[in-house]
Amino acid sequence: MKENISKSILRVDSRKKINGEAKYISDWKFDNVLYAKTIRSTVAKAKILSITLPEIPAGYYIVDKNEVPGINRMQTVVSDHPVFAENDVQYIGQPILLVVGPDREIIYSIVAKIEIQYKEQEALFTLEEAEKKSTVFTDYHYRKGEPETVFQQSGQLIEDEFTTGYQEHVYLEPQGIAAEFKEDTLFVYGSMQCPFYVKNALLDTMDLPEDKIRVVQTITGGAFGGKEEFPSLTACHVAIAAHKTRHPIMMIYDRSEDILCSTKRHPSKIRYKVAFDKNNQVLALDVDVLLNAGAYNGLSPAVLQRAIFAAGGVYNIPHINVRGRNFMTNAVPSGAYRGFGAPQTIFGIEMLFYNIAVKLGVDPLEYKMRHLLKKNDPTSTGGQIREEVKLPEIIKKVIEKSDYYNKLKTNKKYQGIGISLFLHGCGFTGKGESVINGKITLEKNKDIVTLKVSSVEMGQGAETALRKIVAQTLKIPIENVIYGEVDTGLVPDSGPTVASRTTMIVGGLLRETAMEMKTRWNETEQFEISKRYEHPKYLHWDDDNFSGDAYPVYSWGANVAEVEIDPVSYEITIKNIEAVYDVGVPIDNRALKGQMQGGIAQGIGWATIEVMESENGKLKQSNLTDYKVPTSMDIPEIHCSFVLNPYEFGPFGAKCAGELPSVGVPPAVAEAVANALNKTINHLPITPEKLMEIDNGN
Amino acid sequence: MVIEFYLNNEKKKIDIDASARLLDVLRENFGLTSVKEGCGEGECGACVVLVNGRAMNTCMIPVASIMGKSIVTMEGYKHTDRYKAIETGFMEAGSVQCGFCTPGFVMATESLLNQNPNPTDDEIKEGLSGNLCRCTGYNMIIQGVRLAIEKGAGLW
Ligand code: FES
Ligand code: FES
Repeated sequence: MKENISKSILRVDSRKKINGEAKYISDWKFDNVLYAKTIRSTVAKAKILSITLPEIPAGYYIVDKNEVPGINRMQTVVSDHPVFAENDVQYIGQPILLVVGPDREIIYSIVAKIEIQYKEQEALFTLEEAEKKSTVFTDYHYRKGEPETVFQQSGQLIEDEFTTGYQEHVYLEPQGIAAEFKEDTLFVYGSMQCPFYVKNALLDTMDLPEDKIRVVQTITGGAFGGKEEFPSLTACHVAIAAHKTRHPIMMIYDRSEDILCSTKRHPSKIRYKVAFDKNNQVLALDVDVLLNAGAYNGLSPAVLQRAIFAAGGVYNIPHINVRGRNFMTNAVPSGAYRGFGAPQTIFGIEMLFYNIAVKLGVDPLEYKMRHLLKKNDPTSTGGQIREEVKLPEIIKKVIEKSDYYNKLKTNKKYQGIGISLFLHGCGFTGKGESVINGKITLEKNKDIVTLKVSSVEMGQGAETALRKIVAQTLKIPIENVIYGEVDTGLVPDSGPTVASRTTMIVGGLLRETAMEMKTRWNETEQFEISKRYEHPKYLHWDDDNFSGDAYPVYSWGANVAEVEIDPVSYEITIKNIEAVYDVGVPIDNRALKGQMQGGIAQGIGWATIEVMESENGKLKQSNLTDYKVPTSMDIPEIHCSFVLNPYEFGPFGAKCAGELPSVGVPPAVAEAVANALNKTINHLPITPEKLMEIDNGN
Repeated sequence: MVIEFYLNNEKKKIDIDASARLLDVLRENFGLTSVKEGCGEGECGACVVLVNGRAMNTCMIPVASIMGKSIVTMEGYKHTDRYKAIETGFMEAGSVQCGFCTPGFVMATESLLNQNPNPTDDEIKEGLSGNLCRCTGYNMIIQGVRLAIEKGAGLW
């Protein structure tokens, strides 16, 4: 009988996590370990005039910029963040030095006596100020058709603007990392998504040969992008300390330190200009995307690319002009967060279409559907939609299941319903996958197969999904497929665990390799097969002009949200979420539903209660008491279903999935709120205070 | 200060600073690492254990206050039949993703079912509202609790 890949199996890692035996990095023990505490800038922008240290007891150490064996910059897309501050600081929370030693109480007493004198300088805090002063890190541009001509000739124009706030990842396990030297080899262990990013950063900073650095991922308690580039920085810190002291070093952040200095979702502002044809169809779109990158550019250019390539949403707009800029401000650097820039622009485009439809007095969903992309249509970067676009089927399903039109009619004031349509480009943007050129290895020893990849299990279910793909391809029990320890000394670089690429790209390679292994199954000797990813030949991408296929394929979806608003307190209650997705073929129905529900919960949080604001460069929220994330009381029953649409290069037809739910749900919630009050919503998060103002007409 | 208490049904005695957090004492002095620190502020529930059968956040409890009390962590609880029912329920419902919140949810579930063996959905939600999970969106945890009730019929 043919096994169905989507049929759910038990997660392979759940028992040890339920019974508490799973060891996260903070549960590890090292002999003679020293702990590290980071001293950080308390000012937003300054020259460091002097650092006065108290007497340092024997066995305690100060580790700073002078101890860096190699380059004092953290390697990422733009390697501009100093590992330790040099003569200046650019944001509150910037690392200056470490205090290292065996007893944490004594470390704290040393920390309390360190005095840093600053000469403060004028700092930039908001996106508005940054735009005025043009502190642009990155300025991107692309266009399709002839938007300028259309705008010149067009009579009626609509302009609109949307803004979104920070979001903190709140992976439940805070950042944690450790390092030790075993003879002359450096080992770094920690909670991370991208062991090879960490290794490459260490190569720069530690000035060690390639074979003297090993990075080992430990069981990771959630990440969501927050452990994409950030652990490269903390890894450098502990590695330098281990290098200096020749002791194992451990550095576990508490929640408030984590919130203070780790990356966040980019606050954004998105401006639109729209020109129409005589039937009120959107003919041309001008989009201006502004992201607050914080004090260093880091990974932000990559985030900005995904943001701008998603600017047209699921719509076929003949003429489009897109500009995207990352701005420098004296704030904690923004970085990767599930969706990677797309949630901001998808919110913008969805609300724009909603606002236009309301202005025109037509049904928003019907208006959106008049513009849908279909197979063979050009993408906004002039690539091509190559797959069947199943949005009509998805929409039909979601409106039936949610009883959308009926509720739209019968809802009373303060009850609202909204619908969002969205897509997500699968895998790295542009030529990313060709650059990474991911490699995997499958090893066969008798009837046991070991898969060697650098993709990590971080809660999303990668271990189960990848083992399942191999097991089902080889038709062997999943217990016979071992997930090799993710140690850069033992596994090839199959790329980082990001961009919803693991199942589709790495899983695809594993399936292909397993099929080859199957033909050699009767060989008695141990053997291994390695494969590298090859980007489908028919895809073209020009990175200088941003033209061509930004992604090999897309996943799609529609969400309906129902809300109720308290007429006095203006608190929003989410009553129901109905979600339908095309992610190709689900590798495991239940695991995938879990991903979708979790991603939706984060999206609901970002859209409503997750408020993070900065005042003069200082974050007003410093812990989970003032930064609220949804609890079981805030999340309704979330209904998810899938429309099948196999992708020929995905394993068993699978496409990307993990980010899609966080991209899709915020505009559905915002539309539902707009619908409930008959007002426009142009900002996330929608707090009760703002909603009260909006409802009272300010 | 010398504190005597029961830990996973064994009598223990420890001489320690009275203000030490129970969380640190369990993790560091007794090596019980199922007890996790997610916030240190009583907001996330990752550090929950049973104190005289009730779920409590150990990051908020000074060790002095447990004198004479009974503390149960996952290390002890995992040998019980009730635990088995919760384990099966959580595994089958998909209640676990990254797992960092999970021991806390198991403890909260025990505490809830101990007080109310037949909770409604709303009561389950409320009973678990002191525990944060960033991965699952809670639906499958609630379902896990429901399954545990079914599997463990008669145990609570
Ligand atoms: S660590 Fe105790 S409640 Fe979060
Ligand atoms: S499973 Fe990750 S926080 Fe709950």
